Amino acid sequence: MKNTFLARQPSVIVFILVLAVITLLATVFSEAYGSGLLPTNYVKILGKTLCLCLIAIAMDLVWGYCGILSLGHFAFFGLGGYMIGMWLMYARTEDIVIASMSKAALPPTPGEVRDAIGTQIFGVVGGSDVPVIWSFAHSLPIQLALVVIVPGLLALVFGWLAFRSRVTGVYLSILTQAMTLALSLYLFQNDSGLRGNNGLSGLQNIPGLTDIPQSVISIWFMWGSALALGIGYVFAGWIVSGKFGNVVKAIRDDEARIRFLGYSVEAYKLFIFTITAVIAAIAGAIYYPQAGIVNPAEIAPIASIYLAVWVAIGGRGRLYGAVIGAALVSLLSSWFTGGQAPDLPLGFYTIKWVDWWQVLLGLSFVLVTLFAPRGIAGMFDRLVRKDAA
Amino acid sequence: MLRPILIAALLALAAPHLAHAQDAASPSDTPAASEEILDDAGPAQATAPAPAGPLQAILQAHKDKVAKASRRTVDEVITAVREAGLPQGLTFLERWGDRELWQREEDGLFFFTRKADGQNLTLIDIDTGEEVGTISKGEMNQLKPNSGVRTVIASSLVASQLEDADPARRRQALNALERNADESHLEPLRASIAKEDDPALKARKERLLRVITISFGQTTEDRVEAIRSFSQDLSIDARAALNPLVVTRIGYSEGNPEGVNVARLLTPGKTIAREDAYRLLVDDGKAVAARTRGERKAALEANIEDGTVGGVPVAELSSQEARDRAYSNLVADGKAPAFVTDETMDAELAKYTFYEAYADSNTDVTTAAAETLDSIDQYVGLNRFFSLVLDGISLASIYFLAAIGLAITFGVMGVINMAHGEFIMIGAYTGYVVQQIIPNYTVSIIVALPLAFIIAAAAGIALERLVIRHLASRPLETLLATFGVSIALQQIAKNVFGTQARPLTSPSWLDGAWVINDVVAVSYIRIAIFVLAILFFALLLFVLNRTRLGLEVRAVTQNPRMASSMGINPDRINMLTFALGSGIAGIAGVAIGLFAKVTSELGQAYIVQSFMTVVVGGVGNIWGTLAGATMIGFLQKVIEFFNPSNTLAAQTYMIIFIIIFIQFRPKGIIALKGRAAGD
Repeated sequence: MKNTFLARQPSVIVFILVLAVITLLATVFSEAYGSGLLPTNYVKILGKTLCLCLIAIAMDLVWGYCGILSLGHFAFFGLGGYMIGMWLMYARTEDIVIASMSKAALPPTPGEVRDAIGTQIFGVVGGSDVPVIWSFAHSLPIQLALVVIVPGLLALVFGWLAFRSRVTGVYLSILTQAMTLALSLYLFQNDSGLRGNNGLSGLQNIPGLTDIPQSVISIWFMWGSALALGIGYVFAGWIVSGKFGNVVKAIRDDEARIRFLGYSVEAYKLFIFTITAVIAAIAGAIYYPQAGIVNPAEIAPIASIYLAVWVAIGGRGRLYGAVIGAALVSLLSSWFTGGQAPDLPLGFYTIKWVDWWQVLLGLSFVLVTLFAPRGIAGMFDRLVRKDAA
Repeated sequence: MLRPILIAALLALAAPHLAHAQDAASPSDTPAASEEILDDAGPAQATAPAPAGPLQAILQAHKDKVAKASRRTVDEVITAVREAGLPQGLTFLERWGDRELWQREEDGLFFFTRKADGQNLTLIDIDTGEEVGTISKGEMNQLKPNSGVRTVIASSLVASQLEDADPARRRQALNALERNADESHLEPLRASIAKEDDPALKARKERLLRVITISFGQTTEDRVEAIRSFSQDLSIDARAALNPLVVTRIGYSEGNPEGVNVARLLTPGKTIAREDAYRLLVDDGKAVAARTRGERKAALEANIEDGTVGGVPVAELSSQEARDRAYSNLVADGKAPAFVTDETMDAELAKYTFYEAYADSNTDVTTAAAETLDSIDQYVGLNRFFSLVLDGISLASIYFLAAIGLAITFGVMGVINMAHGEFIMIGAYTGYVVQQIIPNYTVSIIVALPLAFIIAAAAGIALERLVIRHLASRPLETLLATFGVSIALQQIAKNVFGTQARPLTSPSWLDGAWVINDVVAVSYIRIAIFVLAILFFALLLFVLNRTRLGLEVRAVTQNPRMASSMGINPDRINMLTFALGSGIAGIAGVAIGLFAKVTSELGQAYIVQSFMTVVVGGVGNIWGTLAGATMIGFLQKVIEFFNPSNTLAAQTYMIIFIIIFIQFRPKGIIALKGRAAGD
C-alpha cells in the first residue's frame, strides 16, 4: 500500500526533502541556532508562508480535486486562529493578572481574577464580563480540540445543507462567500464576544514561555509549520491517490455520472469539504501565533478569493502546484506591497509597485486563467513529461 | 367699540409712521420733518414740555405701581389701561414688557426713548409717539419690570394678539404660545377661536387649546377629554404635554400604599433590583447600609494583624466564603459595621410594599394619559412600520439596480461577473468626473446617466470580448478571471482617484425629504432611485418581451445551440447582453453615488448583495430579480428594525437566512422550468 501510494505520488518524497532542506537551511542561518544571517522577522515570514501553503493544499483538495470552488476556506483558517488565540490571550492575561494581584494585601478570589481578566481583555470593547464562549479558554487541550471541532462542525453543517440541496457550481461559490461574509460581519461586532474589530492580539507571546526569546520561538513555530505542512501534504497525497481519490476526481469531472454509478456524491463532497476545513483551521492555528494578531478583516471574503488565486496560479489538481502558488504569490505580494520592490521608471510615469502590484496580480491572474489554466505546475508538467494529462 | 380700537392699535404697532401721520395732534407730516424741528430747537438740555395725554394721565394715577411693578399689583395697572380702551395702550404694554419705558426723575412722567447723541436720550411721548425733546440719560430711570411682571403683561397681551386683524401677528402669537403656554392663556385662546376666520390658524388654535387643557384644564373631565383627543396624534408637542403626567417616582409603604396615585406595584428582585429597593430604605434610615463586597474587602485589609484577619489566616482568604467568615468575626469583635447578608436584606424588604406612583394625584387624568400614550405608541408603531416598508422599497430599488445587470448576464451566459461591482464603481466615478467638468448639478446628472451607461457598457464589451468569450464553457474560471479584472480595476481606480471618498453632489431639487408626518419621511434621492428602478424594470421588460433583441436573448438563455441553429448569433447576443447589463450597472453607480461616497470600494459594498439578489431571485428572469431584491431589501430592513443598534448583525442574520432559504428553493424564487432550466 505504502509503495503504491508513493509510486502514484512521486512528488511526496521530493516535496518532503525540499521542505526539510529549506527548514534546515533556515535554522542554520537563523539568529537563535545558527549564523544569524536570517533575521527573526524572515523566519516568521517563512513559517507563516508554510502555513499558507498548507491551507493552499486544503484548497487544492476541495477545488482542484473535488471541483468545489469554496470561497470560504479562509474563514475556517481564521476560526482556527481565533480558537487558539482565545487560549493564548486568556492564559497570558491570567498570568499577568495573577502576577499583579499577588502584590495585594489579600490573596485574590477566583471571582476577582476572572473579573480582572474580563476587564483586561474586554475593556477595549466596553465589556468586563468574560463571555460564555470563553468558558474553556483557560484550558489548552480543550481549545486545541476546538480548533478542529468548531470549524469542522461549521463546515459539516454548512456543507450538509449546501450539498443536500444540490447547490453546485457558481451558486455554491457565492454561498460559501456569503457564509464568509456573514462570519466576518458577525465577528466585527463588539458584542460577538471576540473583541470586535480589535480581534485577538499579542498572540506571539506564548504563555509560560515568556522567558524564551522570539527568535527561538519563531524557529520552533517554523518547524511546527513545516511538520504540519509535511503531514498535510502526505495526507492529501494519500487521499487523492487510491480509489477514494479517483471517486473524488470523477465527481469533479462529471458529478451526475458518478451519482448514477451509485456513489453517494454528497457524502464524498461533504467529507472533502469538512476535512479540508479542518486542515485550514489547523493551518490557521499555527499561523496566527506567528502573526501575533487575528481580526475579522482576516476572514473577509477577499482573503478566500486570494486563496483561490494562489491555487489557480500555482496549478490546480497538483498538490505541489498549490504549494508553489501560495508560496510564490504570497511572498511576492508581501515583497511588492512592503515597498521593497524597486520602482519602475517609464520616463513619463514611474510605476510604484505598492500601487500597481494589485493591478499586475489581477491581470496576471486573468492571463493565467486564459492561457495557462493548469497554472505554473501545468507548465512544469509539460517540461518534465510530454504525456502530461 | 373694541374692534376699531384694536385695528388702530395694530396700525400703531405695525407701522408707527402711519399711526403718527393719522394722529391729529401731530404737527408735522413726516418723522424727518419732526427731526428738523428738533434740530432747530437747539441743544438738548432744554426742558421738554410736559405732555398730558390720556394714557399718561392713567399712568400718573398709578405712578408707583408702574414704577415699582410687582406681580401682585401689576394687574391693577393693566386693567386700568385696558379699560380706557386707548389705541396706544397696547403699544405701551408691549414696550413696557420689553423694558423700553423710562420715567423722568424730575416729574415722574413716563416716556419712551430713543438713543440720541452722546449720553442723551430722545424722549417720545407715550400717547402720541411724538418726539418731544432730548434729555441726559442721568435724569431718566429705565423701568425694568421683573420676569413675573413681564409674564403678566405678556399674557394680557395674548388675548389681543390672538384676535389681531393681521394673520401674521396671530401666527406669531400662536408660535409664542406653543413654546410657552400656561393657565392664564386658556380663556383668551378659547375666546379667540370663535372669531378666527383663517381655517389653518383656527385648527392650530383649537389644537393648542387642547394641548393647554391637558395640563391646565379646570375640570378633570375637560382634561381627560383633551388627553383622549390625542390618541392618534404623532406630534412631539402632544407627547411632551402628556409625558409629564405619567412621570413616576418609586416609593414604599408599610402595608398597602395610601394617598398616592399608584402606577404599579414593584417586586424586589423582579421589577426593581433588590439593591435599589434596599437603598431606598437605607436612605430613609429604615435599614442598615449593606456593605458591598469591595467595602468588606477594604475592611478586611484594614484589619490585618499578624498575618490573620478576624482569626483567619490571610493566605486562606482566596475564597469569598472564607472572607465572609473573617468579616463576620470582625463584626463580632466590633471592628467592622454589621454585615447585611442576603437573608437579612430580603427580610427587611419583605416588610414593605414598593410601588411606582404618578406625580399627578388625579387618577382619571393619569389613567387617561397612560392609555393615550399607549395608543400613541401603537400609532407611532404603525407609522414606523409604514416607514419601514418605504425603507424596504428604497433599499430594494437600490439592490434591483445593482443586481439586474448581473442577473441578465448570468441568465444569458451562465457566468458570474465578479467585476460587476467595479462597473458600478465606474459609473459612480463617471458621475464624479462629469461633475468636475459641468458645474451645474442638474445638467451634470442628466449628462452623467447616459455617459455612465456608455462607459460601463464599453468596459463590459471589452471584458466580454477579451476574457469571458474565451472561457465560455468554464463558468468557475470565468468567476476567477473576472475577479482578477475586479482587483485590477479597483486598484487602478485607487491609483487614479486616490483612496479618499469623492463626493457626488445631488442637484438641489433632490435635497431634502418628503415629510409625511413626524414619523414617516422619505428623502427625494430615494424616491428618484425608486423611479429609476421602476423605469429600468419597465424598460427591460419591454426590451426582453417585445423586441427582436429580447426574443433572441431569451432564445439564447434557454438553449444557445438551438438558438444558433435558428440563425441567431449567440456571440452577438452575449456581447449585447453583457453591454446592457454592464451599462445598467454604470447607471446604478451614478444613483448609488448620489447617497453614498464614491470610493474604489464602492462596488465591493454591493457585489455580495447583488449576488444574493440574483441567487435568491432566480436566474434568467427580471421578475425573479425584482422578487429577490424586494425580499433582500425588506429582510434587511426588518432585521434592522428589530435590532436597530446593530446593522452588522442584521447583515449576518440576513445572509444566514438566505443560506437557509436556498435549501428550500435552490434555483431561486422564480426558477426556469422544463427544458429552459438547462441541467
